[in-house]
Amino acid sequence: MDDQIKISCSNIWKLYGENPEKFLKENNNNPSTEQLKSNKYIPAVRDASIDVKTGEILVIMGLSGSGKSTLLRCMSKLIQPTDGQVFFEGKDLLKATDKELIEIRRHKMGMVFQHFALLPHRTVLQNVAFPLEVQGIEPIKREDRAKEVIKLVGLEGREKYYPRELSGGQQQRVGLARSLAVEPDVWFLDEPFSALDPLIRKEMQNEFLRLQNMLKKTIVFITHDFDEAIRLADRIAIMYEGLIVQVGTPEELITKPATDYVAEFTKDIPRSKLLNAESVMNNEDKKLYDNTVNCKEKIEKIASKVLKSEGSYSVIDENKKVIGSLSKKEIIKALFAEDKNE
Amino acid sequence: MNKIKTIFKGKFLFIFGPFFLLWLLRYIVPNYTISSKTPHWAYIPPKSCLGGCGSIDGFIPFVDWTNALIQFLRKYEIFGLFTFRDFTRGIANYVDKFLDFTEAVLHKGFPSYEIGPLPWIFIITLTVILGFYLRGWRLALLGGTCFAYLILFSKRGIWELSMKSLAAISVSAPLAALIGLCLGILAVKRKKFANFLWPMLNILQSLPHFSYLILVVIFVGIGTKAGVIATVIFAFPPMARLTILGLQNISQEIKEAGVMAGCTKWQMLFKVEIPAARSPIMLGINQVIMQCLAMIVIAAFIGQPGLGHDLLIRLQGLRLGEAFEIGVAVVLIAITLDRYSQALALKEPERREGNFVKRNPYLCATFFAIIICSILVFLFPFFNEYPKELTVSASVYLDNAIKSFTRSLFVPLGIFRDWMLIYFLMPLKAVFQSMPWTGVILFVGAIGWKLGKMRLALTVMLFVFFIASSGYWVRAMITLYMVFASLVICALIGIPLGIWASKKESRTKLVLNICDIFQTFPSFIYLLPAIMLFQISDVSAIFAIVIYSSIPMIRYTVFGLRNVPQQIIEASITSGCTERQLLWKVKMPLAFPEIILGANQTLMFALFMVMIAGFIGTVDLSQEIFRALSFSDGGKGLIIGLCVAFIGLTADRLLVEWSNQMKKKLGFIN
Repeated sequence: MDDQIKISCSNIWKLYGENPEKFLKENNNNPSTEQLKSNKYIPAVRDASIDVKTGEILVIMGLSGSGKSTLLRCMSKLIQPTDGQVFFEGKDLLKATDKELIEIRRHKMGMVFQHFALLPHRTVLQNVAFPLEVQGIEPIKREDRAKEVIKLVGLEGREKYYPRELSGGQQQRVGLARSLAVEPDVWFLDEPFSALDPLIRKEMQNEFLRLQNMLKKTIVFITHDFDEAIRLADRIAIMYEGLIVQVGTPEELITKPATDYVAEFTKDIPRSKLLNAESVMNNEDKKLYDNTVNCKEKIEKIASKVLKSEGSYSVIDENKKVIGSLSKKEIIKALFAEDKNE
Repeated sequence: MNKIKTIFKGKFLFIFGPFFLLWLLRYIVPNYTISSKTPHWAYIPPKSCLGGCGSIDGFIPFVDWTNALIQFLRKYEIFGLFTFRDFTRGIANYVDKFLDFTEAVLHKGFPSYEIGPLPWIFIITLTVILGFYLRGWRLALLGGTCFAYLILFSKRGIWELSMKSLAAISVSAPLAALIGLCLGILAVKRKKFANFLWPMLNILQSLPHFSYLILVVIFVGIGTKAGVIATVIFAFPPMARLTILGLQNISQEIKEAGVMAGCTKWQMLFKVEIPAARSPIMLGINQVIMQCLAMIVIAAFIGQPGLGHDLLIRLQGLRLGEAFEIGVAVVLIAITLDRYSQALALKEPERREGNFVKRNPYLCATFFAIIICSILVFLFPFFNEYPKELTVSASVYLDNAIKSFTRSLFVPLGIFRDWMLIYFLMPLKAVFQSMPWTGVILFVGAIGWKLGKMRLALTVMLFVFFIASSGYWVRAMITLYMVFASLVICALIGIPLGIWASKKESRTKLVLNICDIFQTFPSFIYLLPAIMLFQISDVSAIFAIVIYSSIPMIRYTVFGLRNVPQQIIEASITSGCTERQLLWKVKMPLAFPEIILGANQTLMFALFMVMIAGFIGTVDLSQEIFRALSFSDGGKGLIIGLCVAFIGLTADRLLVEWSNQMKKKLGFIN
């Protein structure tokens, strides 16, 4: 199951301008930045290829205008890409009829929006039941299901409230509940917590992780907040000016940034929270010392004890096999790596 | 010296050049004045109507063409079965069916079932409950007062008249709202239809009412149903506009949420888009109702009975006291309907929990009220039909009051009137009448071009050319003179008042509230004080226009000044601006684009009112329209109407573009 691919995007282009299809064809499907600029085309997404694996949380990260939301909308075909292919469970989304698309959206996709996008004239219950209502499910059944999901996101007792009577955090819980009402396979979240206060944001991130632990959905999560990305992601894709710059696990992005842009991003991240023993250890030294640490242990947890002791620590994997060692030198290098250029 | 140089270098010469040239021509070309029998062609368009004119061709015979088209439509048989006129009359008969019902409920009763009309006690009670439901006791009080006035002052039948008018409105308003909604939706969904609809709406909204009244008479006839149809034509455009705006302004995310939930197209429309746009749509309904009310007097011209009809007769007979009484009734109904429909637009669904009565308090109240009222009506005839003995009328006293008031002010007002005429209005009129049509075309074209849009320049030049070629140039210039004079006075009143009002929150509120009330008055009402004070002259017409059309000037000035970003004001104060510097160096320049928009709106209002002022005898286009109306000359009415519309649209295009460009420069819009 693990490596099964849920959504596969290849060579997605989305250009805005006079006649983007024609322009793209004329330039061999790969116009340069200068060509785009001189012909007054605005590239939202450029040649993006990415696969979303079943059950993973893929975070697409980038600053505003980097094309991350557009890419997400190409995956759900809210936007028709100028060129490229999107396969959803092996089915070519771009060739699907309107009817098929409606079916896929009704049963397989759920989406959460930055500004919640709740229908203001409906109560919480009616909002959550809305996707079921449009499927034509009978009132009693859909309300029961809606109540279940409302309970799941912790809004019990607020069923009869109108969105305007709720706080931002509560409104987004309704948004989460609505997107989960149809038990979708894939969950799209478009900057779901960006419009919330920092404290509420943290709370909602925890809520999100709790839900994901229970539900195990395939998730595409958009954010411009790198902290949020590393907290939640299995893999992160970084976008810059419409291009996917790098895709990898949080550790990979920090230890092996593909470009200066990625490096700049990851610079201010507290590395100790993210790196584990394995990623900073000395690979050559495989001696067994008195003290050992697990290779998955975060630096944050082990730094102080390594720094306090005089000798080195052995790094062992799950099978207790020594795979490397850690001394003060490695820890200090890991913690202050950004200073190396100076 | 430098200053003069820059003036000539800049756009000044460019814009005024054409005028200057034509002015020079006066001295070169003989008989180049208006007074000569055959003025030069470049000065007054050939074949123009110079004095009072029965029918006129213009050098392009638009009127004849239109009349030929109307004749053709009258005779043309669709599928060889029925004529176009039969078709329109058929539709009118359907409208009549609805009308029969509302009239029966409100004032005729159902004689065949021996049921009378709805007793007054029902109407008052239900209005009060509705007021409570929509907003609270204040609104309920307003509604109650309104109907109480109608019943109390119905010595001369104000109650019956009001019910007749309301019966017509309760057919025309829903019909206009429905048509507007459907067209709006269609325009949003079909781009091509929008391209067609938008200019149609522009023209329809700037056509004076009277010009299509004639067409309604030709194709439908006269009476209540004709009035209703004219009202619908007049009232649907704002609904269509607001529906389009509402649907276009729904946030992208809400639409996406609908798509992601798997909505079909119809589900999108009815479950997502229309509910999400309900506030603007409801506002559209409010607008429709107000337009319908504005039409009750105008529809009286084609024989719709009701308040408007009686108001008109009394105005014509100068029975001002009685007219005043009816005027108050019209205003009260207008304010009540306006506030009720506004409350409806702003109404948010409320959460109520508990048993049935607790969840639906107003439904239950209505139910009980109906039972109690029924019992009362059954037991006491008083509640069924309000006894005539108990009605009052203040018209005699009002008449006397108005007479003594005007008599005491006769001399000073007379002096003021004459002074205005001699020193302001006559000279201004002379200026406008001495403008050569070719010069005006070049002038608007130059402004359009200056604003950087070749298309804009051509459009406005075409508009002016239409007016010139239709034969009504001289009349149009008189209209323009009245509008311009009013605009100047409105600006002189409105801008200082707006500045004063914008200084304090409380003043802003007060002034905007007064504006709100004044705006709900149907336009004919403004003729009352005008005639009272200035008898029948250009001054009284301009007085009526100025009261009516100062409102947008004040509103936009206040809006512009209050919307200057707070941080800019703070920055200026910390830079050491005095109050006066703050106003003239910071706020006014930033508010200027809005003030221009205000001037534009004022101009539109003034054009509207000029047409109505024709009723008290001005000699501009409106007089010609009234003549066309009495001769049922459909072509003439429509063409003069288009002349008026094109005056409005020319100014509108140029001013709005100018304002937008300034806003862009200031970075307010992209």
